[in-house]
Amino acid sequence: MKEIKMHNPESSVAEALSVDRRQFLKILGGGIIVYFAPGLPSYAPDTIAAGGPALPKDFNAFLSIAEDGRVSCFTGKVEMGQGIVVSLAQMLAEELDVPLGSVNMVMGDTDLCPWDAGTYGSMSVKYFGPPLRAAAAEARAVLIQLAGERLGVAPERLETKSGIVCEKQSPDKKVSYGELAKGKRIERQLPDKPSLKAISGFTISGKSPLRTDAVLKVTGTAKYAGDISLPGMLYARILRPPAHGAKLLEAETSAAEKIPGVQVVRERDLIAVLHSRPDEAENALKAIKAKFSRPETNLNDGNIFERLLAAAPAGKIVAEAGDISQGKGMASKVTQATYTQGYVAHAPMETHTAVAKMDDGKVTVWASTQQPFGAQKQVAEALSLPLQNVRIITPFLGGGFGGKNDNKQAVEAARLAKLTGKPVQVAWTRAEEFFYDTFQPAAVVKVESGLDASNKIVFWDYHVYFAGGDKAPSFYDIPHKKTTAYGSWSESRSSHPFGTGPWRGPNGNTNTFARESHMDELATKAGMDPLSFRLDHVQDKRLLRVLDSAAKAFGWSSAPSPSGKGRGMACGIYKGTCIAAMGEADVDKSSGRCQVKRLVCVQDVGQVVNPEGAKMQMEGCAMMGLGYALSEITRFRDGEILDLSFDTYQLPKFSWMPKIETVLIENPDVPPQEGGEPMITLMGALVANAIFGAIGVRFHELPMSPERVLKALNESRGKSGKG
Amino acid sequence: MVDTIEFVLNRKPVRLQVEKDRALLWVLRTDLGLTGTKFGCGTGACGTCTVIINQEAVRSCQIPMADVKSKEILTIEGLAMNGRLHPLQQAFVDNNALQCGFCTPGMILNAYSLLLKNSAPTEAEIIAGMEENLCRCGSHIRIVQAIQTAAKQMRG
Ligand code: FES
Ligand code: FES
Repeated sequence: MKEIKMHNPESSVAEALSVDRRQFLKILGGGIIVYFAPGLPSYAPDTIAAGGPALPKDFNAFLSIAEDGRVSCFTGKVEMGQGIVVSLAQMLAEELDVPLGSVNMVMGDTDLCPWDAGTYGSMSVKYFGPPLRAAAAEARAVLIQLAGERLGVAPERLETKSGIVCEKQSPDKKVSYGELAKGKRIERQLPDKPSLKAISGFTISGKSPLRTDAVLKVTGTAKYAGDISLPGMLYARILRPPAHGAKLLEAETSAAEKIPGVQVVRERDLIAVLHSRPDEAENALKAIKAKFSRPETNLNDGNIFERLLAAAPAGKIVAEAGDISQGKGMASKVTQATYTQGYVAHAPMETHTAVAKMDDGKVTVWASTQQPFGAQKQVAEALSLPLQNVRIITPFLGGGFGGKNDNKQAVEAARLAKLTGKPVQVAWTRAEEFFYDTFQPAAVVKVESGLDASNKIVFWDYHVYFAGGDKAPSFYDIPHKKTTAYGSWSESRSSHPFGTGPWRGPNGNTNTFARESHMDELATKAGMDPLSFRLDHVQDKRLLRVLDSAAKAFGWSSAPSPSGKGRGMACGIYKGTCIAAMGEADVDKSSGRCQVKRLVCVQDVGQVVNPEGAKMQMEGCAMMGLGYALSEITRFRDGEILDLSFDTYQLPKFSWMPKIETVLIENPDVPPQEGGEPMITLMGALVANAIFGAIGVRFHELPMSPERVLKALNESRGKSGKG
Repeated sequence: MVDTIEFVLNRKPVRLQVEKDRALLWVLRTDLGLTGTKFGCGTGACGTCTVIINQEAVRSCQIPMADVKSKEILTIEGLAMNGRLHPLQQAFVDNNALQCGFCTPGMILNAYSLLLKNSAPTEAEIIAGMEENLCRCGSHIRIVQAIQTAAKQMRG
């Protein structure tokens, strides 16, 4: 039986509303509004425990049904390509029983949307989904109750269907949601125990509707931050140092000031030129003569790993089972290996961009950001404004991948809007994007492991430097294992020569590369097929099923590696999502170029909200993952970033495309997990294992660029005396 | 050097007083308010700024205004006609050939010129023709499928 608290929410809600929230209600008008209430409902704690975003503590709308029947969903999440503009709308429409097309998603607007930690870590559907569904369920309960009163029918004899409430027995007796909402102001809090629909009755969720943003995007009408144009707006270009750590000694701006229409602004560290046209601003910037001190750190992409190891903080044991020394006593074959991955750029096609305008002490910033509420705080601090005087609006993002969390460009635009008194657009150049990226941190993993006489792993001693986190501990069934982390990927930011931060699959790529490469190395030592060897060490039923289905789809036949066939595999459990991938690669021995020809990707993400969307994410992960596997690394020297363009920082291209087969394992017993990241973590090891399979050369460092492959081939030829 | 430059933009004549050396990309985006053409690199390396000039896909960040004199330019805003999506646009929608969508206008226009030259391209020809347009989201597979779908439809 449905449990709705029929308290009088009007008074309690009103009491708790802060002034700006009242303002918000005014914007919203009448209708039915469901809030998230203070005090966490029963389903919240494990999202917090799992490291999920804290849920809003103030009163914020999750959804409203307006007097015209339009349903709006308000979320602090943003759309950056991952398709939540559709999948969240699907969850809402399903639970509320409205056509998908009548749901309007309002995303990433700090004045309108509930507080949100940010869109990253692939958590939107998993963590935002449950309260959203609860809000919809509550709204539906309210509608049924109202309809009961209106139609004079007991609520249990009513049902909802596509935006109307009708009597089950005589469907002609009906009333639409809009009519019910008309002239009302009903506010509700999220129920403690929402009565949700059974998955078996789903008609919208679990399907793949066409993306609601697609038509906007194919016609060029979708607005990204750089497409916002305001009357009198100036475009800014900012003076940048040539290297991280460089200090400005002097700047001569008089030539720039003489260019007609150019405004030069200088405030502390910020020197900018502004013009009503971006290309003129660019010319003006070139006219500034500046001198910087150049740091000499003697640090570069070659010696960074040594330096990181030397600078590593004390290790912390983050996971342990059994006793390593006992395991060592049981081992007959011991293997040691070190794996490294350098700095990897996010390189979204849209660079960091923001437009800011200031009116009456209030600033509005349209920003390309994964963290609108973070940006709000940063802008407020930079401008010494109270939080409620800063509004961040997030248009579509042209990609994020974890790289748009720092909001430096939003602060720059806001400062310049304040200084000039005019609306200002800041759009980073590609070089600025590569320079100020918050790179995936460089990291090192050292593994020592042992096999016993029956080829079972008896110990696994894993040391991870600068990539510690939830992806480091091994899920394999090993009696004696220990994971020691020396600095987590997020804590150790200050140890890096420039900004680092989350990158699609944070701490997953380096750790999975190490673990899954090492598993193949052990399989080779054991003279076993890599799949059979893994199966001997996996107990998780979901993972077993995923591996089985990958093997079937791929047609994996048992053979020890290197088989000469260039086959490679990898698997993982990523925050509740089970994944496996198998692939086949060719290595061109004259160029060193590796081509992945075929890929099978299998994923169990629990309930699937949008199957096509989930598959697109897997394909995107596979393509993007080939980049960090085969080409992507940022070279640097003394704080200077050497790869500042796509000419030398090579992204995966069309010709890299393998034939990709994606398989989704439906798992209705498990609530929806996220699918935007897991698969990318497998690509490094899969490719390394496939290259080993093809040419018998084992790579311990990423990326496996043609130069490195060629060098390794020459070395191995030299060793075998054939060179 | 300001000059009067006349050209046809999305089937309509345009006459502009503009510096000859300014890049077409910025004139489109700022002076003409056509923001569907995207800035991705400004150095000709990504293809997000692709437009069609006299039936040829070009990178508008590399085209000075002097070069568009008397030319016919088509941008993403001009592709749909009479409120109907071009078959390529429709195929991108139907095949989910986009994620963030930032590369999409450039992809579609590059494919448009590809299909003008070769109405029945093989998969390998599509890949070769699209090679230098970058997509960070990894929508490549579906983009190729969308182009195949559109090609088929346009051949009738
Ligand atoms: S913006 Fe013109 S090619 Fe990248
Ligand atoms: S869809 Fe995002 S860059 Fe292509």
